[in-house]
Amino acid sequence: MSDTHAQTVPYVRESMLPQAEPPVAERGVVKWIRENLVSSWLNAILTLVSLYIIWWVVSHVWGWFAGSVWNAGSLTECREILAGEEGACFAVIAERWNQLVFGFYPPELYWRPLLALALFFAAIAPVLFPERVPRAMFVVTAAMPFVNVWLIWGGSLWGPIFVALGFVAGWGAWRLAQPRLGVLAGAILSVLAALLWWGVVTGWASPDFARILPLDLQRVTSRDIGGFLLSTIIGLSAIILSLPLGILLALGRQSDLFIINKVSVAFIEVIRGIPLIVWLFTAQLLLNYFLPPGTNFDLLLRVIIMVTLFSAAYIAEVVRGGLAALPRGQYEGADSLGLSYWQSMRLIILPQALKISIPGIVNTFIGLFKDTTLVVFIGLLDPIGFSNAIRASTDWNGIYWELFVFIGVLFFIFCYSMGRYSLYLEKKLSREHR
Amino acid sequence: MKKSVFLGAATVACLGAGAAAAQTLESVQENGVLNCGVSTGLTGFSSPNASGEWEGFDVGICRAVAAAVLGDPMAVNFVPTTGQTRFTALASGEIDLLARNTTWTFSRDVDLGFSFAGVNYYDGQGFMVPRALGVSSAQDLDGATVCIQTGTTTELNLADYFRVNNISYEPVPIETNAEAQQQYLAGACDVYTTDASGLAATRASFENPGDHVILPEIISKEPLGPLVRQGDDQWADIVRWTLNALIAAEEYGVTSTNVSELASGTDNPEINRLLGSEGELGAMFGLENDWAQQAIAAVGNYGELFEQNIGESTPIGLARGLNAQWTDGGLMYAPPFR
Repeated sequence: MSDTHAQTVPYVRESMLPQAEPPVAERGVVKWIRENLVSSWLNAILTLVSLYIIWWVVSHVWGWFAGSVWNAGSLTECREILAGEEGACFAVIAERWNQLVFGFYPPELYWRPLLALALFFAAIAPVLFPERVPRAMFVVTAAMPFVNVWLIWGGSLWGPIFVALGFVAGWGAWRLAQPRLGVLAGAILSVLAALLWWGVVTGWASPDFARILPLDLQRVTSRDIGGFLLSTIIGLSAIILSLPLGILLALGRQSDLFIINKVSVAFIEVIRGIPLIVWLFTAQLLLNYFLPPGTNFDLLLRVIIMVTLFSAAYIAEVVRGGLAALPRGQYEGADSLGLSYWQSMRLIILPQALKISIPGIVNTFIGLFKDTTLVVFIGLLDPIGFSNAIRASTDWNGIYWELFVFIGVLFFIFCYSMGRYSLYLEKKLSREHR
Repeated sequence: MKKSVFLGAATVACLGAGAAAAQTLESVQENGVLNCGVSTGLTGFSSPNASGEWEGFDVGICRAVAAAVLGDPMAVNFVPTTGQTRFTALASGEIDLLARNTTWTFSRDVDLGFSFAGVNYYDGQGFMVPRALGVSSAQDLDGATVCIQTGTTTELNLADYFRVNNISYEPVPIETNAEAQQQYLAGACDVYTTDASGLAATRASFENPGDHVILPEIISKEPLGPLVRQGDDQWADIVRWTLNALIAAEEYGVTSTNVSELASGTDNPEINRLLGSEGELGAMFGLENDWAQQAIAAVGNYGELFEQNIGESTPIGLARGLNAQWTDGGLMYAPPFR
């Protein structure tokens, strides 16, 4: 405090006081605690109770985690090592790690699914982060589905190549026919060209190519694919396939064309109105009766198709919500610019509608990914199925929590990253003034 | 009721498929591999080991049939099936043989259109209680709470047994065996009831198995056996006689270690016919004459198979009981090989 001017004019201070620290109770940690934890008597009591509950849970679980045994051959051995102490027996994960992740996939070929996963990430990078990854990477995106099928199931590369060339044939027919004959005829011709390619040219030429240049990988049957690999294959295939299908269904439901509209509505309502587990049983059991005997329609493929259709119906409804949220002016504006239906959808309507739908779409994907565990009921060995099978061996009979914790953590990592990406995307795309 | 209507319709639907798939043996030999349905996991009966090979008592039956038909016990495609999918998998031809602890009942044999090839394990429903309860007989269980899997025959057997004996109980419904173990250990029920082999396997997994007793009463008949589609008698015969060969081998003292030595000929004509050094038994159903020798060499005789997977030397520790040879007071009795 300054004394020099203190008495010059009574009651008036002419000089500034040096800045003082706020009182202890009004700054830093103390302030935060006062405001957030003990702002009233009731809150203080609730804080204490909550802290006690957290401590109780952590102290119980921590002992179990801290005492974990990672190296033992069976549950009995684990118990001997623990000698009555509390502790988890994560040795089961150490021993069965390969099975939980890859199923019965031949161990010497583990590099193939891993490479496929790396390729998958390389392929979705330009889709997820278009401004940071060069556009040339879209070549990888286009090739990824075909290469990955080859990597995971093996066999000759020529099969996937000819399937891919069929799409190229369809696209070529579209480019040739559409300017001359119009959209509808162009679409029909393009589908016909692709079918012709797959039906005639592939069967005739692909064995010859395979003879000249084999490009063979050892075959792995779907029966050998299990564990987390199985969940990932079903989940990611269904996610990739169901998004375009769902968007088409949503547009179909909004369409003025009578048949397209009614077919879309019927499809969405029927698929959505019946539980996924029923569709899975249909895929596993009933289809066998309707297909001619001896046909070998891969069970995994059947499951992927069912899960894809199921989630497409949900995506369609989410996207329809986005379409409905757009003001009528956007549609009219597109029309007044003279854009065709597909141009207006591609350039004006869908970019806005999809942006609105992102949280719903990602939510559906996360749900779909976790729903893949339902395949345990049709005898496929996904991680949950393997936890039962592992428990059935005499070594590990009676072990529960360790397996479920492990499976839960793996699923959490996947679902949480999807959720974080959706948040990032929403922030990036947000154009509103906030 | 609904289920039987559904399965009945499914059976009718598959009759067409059944006729086309009559020659199971030929298709198995052509493919060079046997599609065998097993449980997705049942302690001692079927489970994959750490290197991914299936092991267990039911798995042994699959391997024995594969050895008899194809000469290679490893030429088996194991198809894990659940309680719901097992019958349709067999009816639709996805699998050629179902060895999945399936109880032989009238309606399954007659109405569903399957042929049971015999019994590889005589099971029955039993009770497990904590030793501290001081109960020595199921008759003392008046007023007890019982953990019971819903929607199974065990639930019906339990109700019948308590009604016949005029005692009361309080059921605690649970969904799976894993849940039952947790509930029972947590003290949610006094008694756990399921098949005796399952009880033994469950008890073996406890931290202190000695604290729990399995009561002597067995209240139901559960003959478990392998089954095939009806309408292909040759294939049913092959599975039936492969099982019989394993049982007969134990009776005559043929084991996996001495089978190749005995196959060169013995002074017991029954063994000679079984192992193919005398007569043409194998040729009668379209196999090599050494089919039984292959099967026994692959998995051992019935007694060896039992001891290896569920017998007293394993943690499960089941006694032979009803599953002993008829000469030892059990029910295992193979018809003569001639």
